[in-house]
Amino acid sequence: MQNPSSEENTQKRSLPTGVVTIVFAIVLGFLALLAWGLNNAQKGPIQVGKSVPPFTLTSFSGDVYDTAELQGKVIVVNFWASWCKPCEQEAAEMEQAWKEYQPTGEVIFLGVDYVDTETEALAYLDKFNITYPNGPDLRTKISQLFRIRGVPETYIIDKEGKLAGVKIGPYTSIGEIKMMIDPLLD
Amino acid sequence: MYNHSGFHFVKKITILGLLILVLFFIPTMNVLAQSGNPPTADDVNAVAKQLYCPVCENIPLDVCPTQACAQWRETIREKLIAGWSEEQIKQYFVDQYGDRVLAEPPRTGLNWLVYILPPVVFLVGVFFVYRNLTKLKRSSPNPENIEEPKTSDPYYSQVEDALKSLVEAEKD
Repeated sequence: MQNPSSEENTQKRSLPTGVVTIVFAIVLGFLALLAWGLNNAQKGPIQVGKSVPPFTLTSFSGDVYDTAELQGKVIVVNFWASWCKPCEQEAAEMEQAWKEYQPTGEVIFLGVDYVDTETEALAYLDKFNITYPNGPDLRTKISQLFRIRGVPETYIIDKEGKLAGVKIGPYTSIGEIKMMIDPLLD
Repeated sequence: MYNHSGFHFVKKITILGLLILVLFFIPTMNVLAQSGNPPTADDVNAVAKQLYCPVCENIPLDVCPTQACAQWRETIREKLIAGWSEEQIKQYFVDQYGDRVLAEPPRTGLNWLVYILPPVVFLVGVFFVYRNLTKLKRSSPNPENIEEPKTSDPYYSQVEDALKSLVEAEKD
């Protein structure tokens, strides 16, 4: 049988309720933070038909393109990099498509240069005579928004700002590009 | 009249002055030459090893074999030539590619948890271990205070007597 005085001692030595509550709250907070982080990490890419959150691209020439202000136009967002060999396969087709749609004013192409160096990127744009707006993906904010898996990837946003189509990998022909854009035009 | 000794004196002073000037500028010229040297591969790698490849998994920039990494090392070289400091170059990479290029997360916002939590958890653990050990020490009986069991069992007395007689027999 336990001595009553030793029971009393044990009770006296236990932590104050306040301390236990604080420690418990800290642990719970940490677990909540961990759950939030995991949830964010496991979020998939934007689904076709869902609204694309607005973003801003500053081109290499310094012009700012805010997609919120481009509503009413079809936006073609192409992720590329100068070190990406498959990107070179579609570079000419993308430029050719841009040249076709530019006069209509209904479509805008935005080239997002993913983790690249400016010198090499400009050399790439020059090599393929690319004239549509291109800019660096600063702090990889745009690629994180779309949760891209690699380059090249192209996302087509309709006039209402909803994702209308996704192309993973390079386009193989201009016909393939037009097939995704034309249905979105009036 | 032409003063010969005076001419020699002026000549000596001029030569001495030139010598002093040359001696004065030699170290400065060396310093200028050193600072004008292009950065070596070691200089570039010293910065590159503090940065991680943004498109590869956990590969420091100094050992990364891809073309993209070679471009970034070239960027570091260009920045070093332009006179940028290590911190400026690192900040440039962060601005371009995000915090993930850093070998250590920056000490801002929620990142502080990475630095604060482990020592706090360790200290709390040490406290609990210490507390439980102290408790265990207090609850365990002191060997000096242990009393010999008192028994009225006659068999116990017989055994004691037998042992005593055995010890005495051995002494004899």
